[in-house]
Amino acid sequence: MKVKTISRSTDEFTRERSNDLQRVFRNYDPNLRPQEKAVEYVRALNAAKLEKIFGRPFVGAMEHNEAISCMAKNPNHLKGIFAGSEDGDIRLWDITSRRTVRKFPGHRGAVRGLTATTDGSRLVSCGADCIIRRWTVPVEDSSEDSVKPEDFHISKNAYWGVDHQWKGDQFATVGAQVDIWNHTSNAPVRSFQWGTDTVISVRFNPGHPDLLATSASDRSITLYDIKMTVPIKKLIMQTKTNSIAWNPMEPMNFTAANEDGNCYSYDLRKLNEATMVHTDHAAAVMDIDYSPTGREFVTGSYDRTVRIFRYNGGHSREIYHTSRMQRVFCVKFSCDASYVISGSDDYNLRLWKAMASEQLGVLLPREKKRHEYDEALKNRYKHLPEVKRILRHRHLPLPIYKAAALRRTMTESARKKEEKRKAHSAPGSISTKPLRKRRIVKEVE
Amino acid sequence: MSVVKATKEEKKKKETGEEEEEISEDLDLKVKKYLRGGAANFDDLKDKKLKGQLSHREFLYGASAKAAAKYEKWLMPSEGGYLEADGPVEKTWRIKQEDIRREVDISSSRNQHDVILPEFSPYTLDFTSNGQYMAAAGRKGHLAIVDMKNMIPRREIQVGETVRDVVFLQDQSFFAAAQKKYTYIYGQEGIEAHCLKDQGAVLKLQFLKNHFLLASINKFGQLHYEDVSMGAMVGNIRTGLGRTDVMQVNPYNAVVALGHSGGTVTMWKPTSSAPLVKMLCHHGPVSALAFHPNGHLMATAGKEKKIKLWDLRKFEVLQTLPGHAKTLDFSQRGLLACGIGSFVQVLSDFSGTQNYSRYMNHSMVKGYKISNLLFRPYEDVLGIGHSMGWSSILIPGSGEPNFDSWVANPFETRKQRGEKEVHLLLDKLPPETIMLDPTKIGTVKTARKKEKLTKKEVEAEMEATVEAVKDSINMKKKTKGRSKPSKKLKKRQEIIAKAKRPFLEQQMQDGQLSIKKQKVSEEVELPKSLQRFARKKAAT
Repeated sequence: MKVKTISRSTDEFTRERSNDLQRVFRNYDPNLRPQEKAVEYVRALNAAKLEKIFGRPFVGAMEHNEAISCMAKNPNHLKGIFAGSEDGDIRLWDITSRRTVRKFPGHRGAVRGLTATTDGSRLVSCGADCIIRRWTVPVEDSSEDSVKPEDFHISKNAYWGVDHQWKGDQFATVGAQVDIWNHTSNAPVRSFQWGTDTVISVRFNPGHPDLLATSASDRSITLYDIKMTVPIKKLIMQTKTNSIAWNPMEPMNFTAANEDGNCYSYDLRKLNEATMVHTDHAAAVMDIDYSPTGREFVTGSYDRTVRIFRYNGGHSREIYHTSRMQRVFCVKFSCDASYVISGSDDYNLRLWKAMASEQLGVLLPREKKRHEYDEALKNRYKHLPEVKRILRHRHLPLPIYKAAALRRTMTESARKKEEKRKAHSAPGSISTKPLRKRRIVKEVE
Repeated sequence: MSVVKATKEEKKKKETGEEEEEISEDLDLKVKKYLRGGAANFDDLKDKKLKGQLSHREFLYGASAKAAAKYEKWLMPSEGGYLEADGPVEKTWRIKQEDIRREVDISSSRNQHDVILPEFSPYTLDFTSNGQYMAAAGRKGHLAIVDMKNMIPRREIQVGETVRDVVFLQDQSFFAAAQKKYTYIYGQEGIEAHCLKDQGAVLKLQFLKNHFLLASINKFGQLHYEDVSMGAMVGNIRTGLGRTDVMQVNPYNAVVALGHSGGTVTMWKPTSSAPLVKMLCHHGPVSALAFHPNGHLMATAGKEKKIKLWDLRKFEVLQTLPGHAKTLDFSQRGLLACGIGSFVQVLSDFSGTQNYSRYMNHSMVKGYKISNLLFRPYEDVLGIGHSMGWSSILIPGSGEPNFDSWVANPFETRKQRGEKEVHLLLDKLPPETIMLDPTKIGTVKTARKKEKLTKKEVEAEMEATVEAVKDSINMKKKTKGRSKPSKKLKKRQEIIAKAKRPFLEQQMQDGQLSIKKQKVSEEVELPKSLQRFARKKAAT
């Protein structure tokens, strides 16, 4: 007869010395794990609750002396951000210590636009005092506290915005018309004008260095190519667009922050229909910025909240608000996609975490694995009612909550009325335009 | 020469090719175990984005199942035990424990022993989930915790009254003993921690590990669930089927099964007062019950000398074996041990076909009556509690050779035990998750067809809504004579009528049709001559 029984020797299964790691043996047999789905569900529930427990997004605030009107980030330096306020005060802030590194005094009116060159060596600012100033951003170690401007240009009309090419050394300013400047020249290299209304914002395309989009107060969005003499396309909507942001990972898409509280994403090749309508804000959206991953964007609105949307999501993933934060006029996503900076009416720049319950700092490999496991669990069970209720829960300030409820009843009743009209009229006589097209008036070449 | 060489190389390639095929077939079988069900069908999906995302997920499932199968094939540290007979003449069930002892190494032969304690009479045994500690309870009041690594009793106490059953709670730090009047919970030093008075005189105890529920059946046939982490009662169910002391837990879905004297086996969950399943298993009383770890196989023994094996998915008999069994137990690998009198019979399904046949026998000294059989987890050992103490014998091939350190670790340190307890508490399942098919959690609920409510139910609903509306009416105070009582009353009646309207509409839709049908049929039934006597409207 052949016999063998299980006999385990202790030294094979335990560690040799006390400073060794304990030995771990695995057997993935499902029979050893009864009720594994229920255990996973309980763990998903716990993970959702932990996410809410650790959800503290606010990191800190940086104060100016006046309302903040514009911000610029320097793609080469993660730690710094430029902010300009309504009294002409431009500062370079160090985000990690939340202290002012440099001041750039000079503007006498509100600073309307700030932009940094791609290599981070120069800053261009333009203001309501009709002056464009160029500054050299000083190197870390230099001792001066405030910087003198390198050059400035005066014009007849106030400037409303400025943006620099991603690749190249030309920048565009907008105000009465769109001007393209060079760092060396004294006058604009080229000027564009379509219509007589002020152009309020400008953004260069990250992929195609000569393409730019502007928005004007005649409710239009215009696309220009700086190498050509005439503008490319114009899109007129029902309400004014306050700001535009290009998706850095998909440069043919851009998202426009509109006055009606929605953000409209467009593909520049097909402007007759928005690819996505992002609704959730209760008042005008003032500024928008994409994350460097291209998967999310942050918006700041006149209704005192900052929201983060997924690039293809109709509703916001996250909302940040404080009773001290008043109207948000500018927002920026930090270049490492972990922070969001908002500049608002109450003289403060606020730093928020992009993922509210993220653990910052260097994570141990076990911590990382555990976070990934929790994310996967929440993803798998997010449709179940208890988990969904916890994940969805956000505290909203009362005016926002009421505004959202009001908007819901309004759209619901409008929809019902439309349904009844259709039901009581000849089939096919009434056709509803999809929301993506409804807000567009026309497209002009 | 070169031609010969070439053919030899071809042969080698063929062989390796065949070997590779065999290996991949072998792997495929193993992969099936880890896939946990078949792949989903995406043909009906029209949403391309969703289809892409789901098929990527399916690919990941397949990859992880393959990785687990490969790990099982190549990296598992130990292989299971076995007992094979030489030649056609020798049979495995004739091999005695002494013969096995001679062939096996010393550390295994230590596992074969008898402990004789005649004063405290029949012993009941329980093992912790990692097989390292054993609790033994003698009927006359002896409680002992034995450390199985060194065979040393850690703690022994004499409680001075009848002890009917003992069970470990989550690990060796607590155990519960069903004593004469109440159930007591003891700590690992033998100190009495709790006295559970709600349960009454308990006959059998079982612990549901993942839910921290102590299930007990008492003399009056009441099934009681107690949450030992919080000390709260979760369910107290009057089974209504009389006194029984056959109780087992199905490890796959944590459902408690009771065997009754009418031959029925009922299955219970703590949140409902009616049994989930009631099956008639035997012509006489059910004497023993056991569940296979995979949850699909149940063995029942009846007093009419039959042992039946049931498939729990279809609730059908798979096999009927002649035999007597006062106690049954399945091992981790699917061996079935039946005990009667002083005789133990172990049955095995060779190569997993679920066709059980004799594997091993063991007869003890004539006077020893077996009261309790229990396989030790992760070892090839069967523990026998009998009227003169307890014994343990070797059954090669019964235990799972490869343990998972994060499920049950036989080489646990003190720190690891503490961490494990915390994790168990964090993952404690709520009692609502106990159901016959535990894989249904997280799946889509099939929409039930709305059953037609009876008239009474409809009326009750209508009244309920009317009451609710009445409570919520807030009449606004109007000035200038607009809030007269008569107007207020009218408004109130309007609101109530509005609440009633949907029910009345529904009734009209159903009701009128039936009235019409009646009228038609009445007129048709009567012959022409008698039509004058048909019920007429009072129009004339």
